[in-house]
Amino acid sequence: MERIPILKLGDLLLVTIQVDMHDRLALTLQDDLTTAIVAHGARGVLIDISALDVVDSFIGRVLGNIASMSRLLSAETMIVGMQPAVAITLVELGVTWRHVRTALNVEQGMRRLRASLDGPRA
Amino acid sequence: MTATPDTLPIHSEDDVVRVRHAVRRAAVELGFSLVDQTKLVTAASELARNTLIHGGGGEARVERLDTPRRGLRLVFEDRGPGIPDVERAFQDGFTTGGGLGLGLGGSRRLVNDFSVESTPGVLTRVTATKWK
Ligand SMILES: Nc1ncnc2c1ncn2[C@@H]1O[C@H](COP(=O)(O)OP(=O)(O)OP(=O)(O)O)[C@@H](O)[C@H]1O
Ligand SMILES: [Mg+2]
Repeated sequence: MERIPILKLGDLLLVTIQVDMHDRLALTLQDDLTTAIVAHGARGVLIDISALDVVDSFIGRVLGNIASMSRLLSAETMIVGMQPAVAITLVELGVTWRHVRTALNVEQGMRRLRASLDGPRA
Repeated sequence: MTATPDTLPIHSEDDVVRVRHAVRRAAVELGFSLVDQTKLVTAASELARNTLIHGGGGEARVERLDTPRRGLRLVFEDRGPGIPDVERAFQDGFTTGGGLGLGLGGSRRLVNDFSVESTPGVLTRVTATKWK
């Protein structure tokens, strides 16, 4: 079965979405990620969506769910690289996210995730 | 004058992806801005999924328009159970499935003209048009 690879980087998981996902593939990613968080004791999840030129309500909901589920498993989710046209469209569509932090690119996202995981309150 | 439309079947999730790609191609050809291409493809994705999930499958037509202006019209048809209360279906948050209930209302916001004609059990047709 087709799957999106999940990379382990210390206590972080990194996912780069490079294909236009059909719905089942997005749900598989959601399951795989929640399983991987527990299996590796990950504290942060970084999802790079810079290659996605469409995020509709389904993919939007799956990304939001991943963040909420991660939060329950005490990991933080950072979604990085959203294209400006995608951001404009998501807002007009009406998709809103809770528990999702965003950054402009992988470096910035990684830095912020590290800072909040290693910060004074960690 | 209107070019012959592309007609695409919608019977699987992969077909929904193919509809997205066909709409992207047509929107690029017609010279839509990147933001408008994204809005069109997103609306197409929502409506194609509705055709598949709620309509039990059907087809999409992608029509390139020349008159009165250049534009792209997307027509989705199915012969499923239909939408008995169209106004209600448009409301954000209204869903008979497990969705967010954003597809119909949201895609209406992403285009210029939008219509739903539904005769339950006979034909449901959703038409979305964006002008250049
Ligand atoms: N082609 C269709 N045939 C029958 N009913 C439809 C069709 N399209 C939409 N509907 C009805 O309209 C409701 C609202 O559709 P909408 O796309 O807004 O939300 P959803 O599909 O339930 O959730 P979402 O799209 O956010 O995942 C649906 O729950 C369904 O009852
Ligand atoms: Mg829908």
